[in-house]
Amino acid sequence: MSRQANRAGDPRKVNGELFTLTYGALVAQLIKDYENDEQVNKQLDKMGYNMGVRLIEDFLARANMGRCNDFRETADVIAKVAFKMYLGLTPVVSNWSAAGDEFSLLLESNPLTEFVELPSGHNNLNYSNLMCGVLRGALEMVQMDVDVRFVQDTLKGDNITEIRLKFNKRLEDAVPVGED
Amino acid sequence: MTIFTFYLFDRNGTCLYYAEWNRKKQLTMSKDEEFKLMYGMLFSIKSFASRLSPTDMKEGFLNFTTSKYKLHFFETPSGLKLILNTDLSVGNMKDVLQQIFSSIYVEYVVKNPLCQLDQPITSELFKYKLDEYVKSLSAFQTSKTAS
Repeated sequence: MSRQANRAGDPRKVNGELFTLTYGALVAQLIKDYENDEQVNKQLDKMGYNMGVRLIEDFLARANMGRCNDFRETADVIAKVAFKMYLGLTPVVSNWSAAGDEFSLLLESNPLTEFVELPSGHNNLNYSNLMCGVLRGALEMVQMDVDVRFVQDTLKGDNITEIRLKFNKRLEDAVPVGED
Repeated sequence: MTIFTFYLFDRNGTCLYYAEWNRKKQLTMSKDEEFKLMYGMLFSIKSFASRLSPTDMKEGFLNFTTSKYKLHFFETPSGLKLILNTDLSVGNMKDVLQQIFSSIYVEYVVKNPLCQLDQPITSELFKYKLDEYVKSLSAFQTSKTAS
């Protein structure tokens, strides 16, 4: 089908620097528009969520993968397949909680923040908060209610970027409306 | 061999798309009612099949056959349901449904920002591509095998 035809030149790939700079421009514009870091975080999360909801279908189509058996498998798939596919890096999965419902993704490098320095006065800004939204939206579409947040960020002087995912509950299929 | 109808349901049970080819007999009930019945039936048969299964199963219900037609069912992990009704001589259509999902639905609906994912699909391009794909299938060829 046309899918294969497209792959030859692969129009889905863009220059990494262009991507980074475009994202930077987006965040800068949001900061101008909202002037409040909390609001910017919220907007980024919302934008990410809307992306994730669609991205998951593309992911399922490309990875051609069945349902995961448990949250650990999900974590592996996110780190080794999804991050690799869309950002070209493989974060480390670690810091599992005892109950196995919470883990962290550790990113050594983050393509979104490559040329970025946070100016002072933006201590509350989660620059890459879009990623949290994407993860939340995508997982929600495969019946998982998950909280995603940044714990550490190299932009704020931490050694590593850490995204924490917490599994809340499984969402059930919609029950059809009663026959009338 | 031939293909009769195609249904696409989202995770909430909304019928996103319906298409028919060679469907000779029209039903007396409205289309909306038919969609509702279809979704309700699939929902029940799915939970029935998984309850009856001796082991945990990943993909339960695949198809069923009556004396007149065969219903093929495919569900993505995101809860999208694709249904194809064919005649009895058609084999496994799972790959076909998977293909419709990954190279038609994802390409022309998910990647089209104008398409709302929870509303019935109105995209002409999707309609055209689906029709073209289904008609190109070997399972679709009617005239040659019709006796």
